[in-house]
Amino acid sequence: MTAALVVDGLRVRYGAVDAVRGLSLEVGRGEIVGLIGPNGAGKSSTLHAIMGAAPVVGGDVRLDGVSLLGRRSEDVARRGVALVPEGRRIFGELSVEENLRLGLAARRSRRNGNGLERAYALFPVLREYRSRQAAALSGGQQQQLAIGRALVAQPEVLLLDEPSLGLAPKMVDLVFETLVRIRAEGLAVLLVEQRAQRTVALADRSYVLANGELRLVLGPQDADDTERLVAAYLA
Amino acid sequence: MTVVGFLNLTWPTFANGLALGGVYALMAVGIGLVFGVLRLVNFAYGQLIMAGGFALAYGAQWGLPNWVSILFCFGVVLALSALLDQLVFRPLRTHSPAVMLVATFAVAFLLQNVALLAFGPLGKSAGSLALLNQPWDIGGVFVKKIAVISVATAAGCLALLQLLLTRTPVGLHMRAAAMDFQTARLLGMRANRVIGGAVLVSGVFAAVAAVMLSVQEITVTWTFGLQDTIYVLAGVVLGGLNRPVPATLGGFAIGFASGILGGALPSSQSQYLPSFLFAAVIVVLLVRPNGLFTRGGGAVERV
Repeated sequence: MTAALVVDGLRVRYGAVDAVRGLSLEVGRGEIVGLIGPNGAGKSSTLHAIMGAAPVVGGDVRLDGVSLLGRRSEDVARRGVALVPEGRRIFGELSVEENLRLGLAARRSRRNGNGLERAYALFPVLREYRSRQAAALSGGQQQQLAIGRALVAQPEVLLLDEPSLGLAPKMVDLVFETLVRIRAEGLAVLLVEQRAQRTVALADRSYVLANGELRLVLGPQDADDTERLVAAYLA
Repeated sequence: MTVVGFLNLTWPTFANGLALGGVYALMAVGIGLVFGVLRLVNFAYGQLIMAGGFALAYGAQWGLPNWVSILFCFGVVLALSALLDQLVFRPLRTHSPAVMLVATFAVAFLLQNVALLAFGPLGKSAGSLALLNQPWDIGGVFVKKIAVISVATAAGCLALLQLLLTRTPVGLHMRAAAMDFQTARLLGMRANRVIGGAVLVSGVFAAVAAVMLSVQEITVTWTFGLQDTIYVLAGVVLGGLNRPVPATLGGFAIGFASGILGGALPSSQSQYLPSFLFAAVIVVLLVRPNGLFTRGGGAVERV
């Protein structure tokens, strides 16, 4: 099986700062791949590079064998790569439903159905509050909205940038459970997280990134191996 | 007939104030729409109106029926808007706001001087709609036809825009782009299409403003629409630049105020009108620096 998303020797540079130095990873359909590491390791830069929103100076990003490099963010989204951005980036003054409708912008064809239903089925609270201003939602509800918004266009690949940041423990559970459901639907999920242990336990593979470089690949069986994790972070 | 004894304010003056307020509100929306998606104050907006004015003048000179002249005016202004988008906004979009600002100044001066060279300092007459300066008798009050038409047109345009913004995907994208352009792009919003759409709607409003202004200011010169645009820019800042409704209200307020003051000031003192207006603007901005019609504070971020 070929992977849906392939990152191959990716190099990202902001001015004189090398944010990502030669990172390679693969995400297959029906797979969750974790990307963990300390702050400034290059995790978010990797996601932005995939979305065409960061300066790539080397390597390649491919979706089903087709390079995404040099494409505009909106074109990457329209090819089926959806991002749940860090900090959720909800449009607070728009209604919940309008936020979801924005996600439809990435639809590859009009036939891709009434995608809002998918978000409502996954997160019933969104249907309940669909005409409310998004700013009035709690943080956890906003995160559900951000994930739902990314899914309405029926993407092939879902990128998430720290979806558990700032959430209450119950909401973190909900987010992680949702990712399991999304994986079962056959999406390729690339999850950037600070909660290293939970991510390792959930993901099919987890890449530990430090200083823009790949340090370690961990499987779910390594989740309790705290020493290896800590060593990878500190190395 | 006098509404208020002070300043000799009469119903016709009041109607003229409303009419000018309506036209300025449209111009404010036109400037605000482009500011929303590009974070750019288009200082060449007045020159779009000027171009529309010249189109009307040529329509009159060629003896075209009025509706053809008006269509011609729309065509010229929209073509110029699209050119501006393609040649200036699009290539410079990723540059700093200062670069784009200076670029629109350059375009404004360029268009003015092209008009000065091509049409001479005395300009041309766009008199074919001047009949609309005749009054209608509304319950014993004589109000210029153009005042009624301006108010109705402005209200209609704003209502249509509201429908566009709230009922269509492209309108939703325009609103989202004004709030967070980058995120909207990441969601698949076509940036060029949304910016192009905003520029075109802005152009439509410039054309409407050109038609309305040409009725009252029959001679179209290279400075046609310039002073109005400066007033509107002041009004937009007065209302609150980054918010569409306050910007519109700001445009309306300054138009209304200048219409009232223009009618109420004795003609020997009418040259002081800008001074009064801008003094008022300064006072308002000292008291409410975020704008007259904005609520304090932004959206609360929750976790």
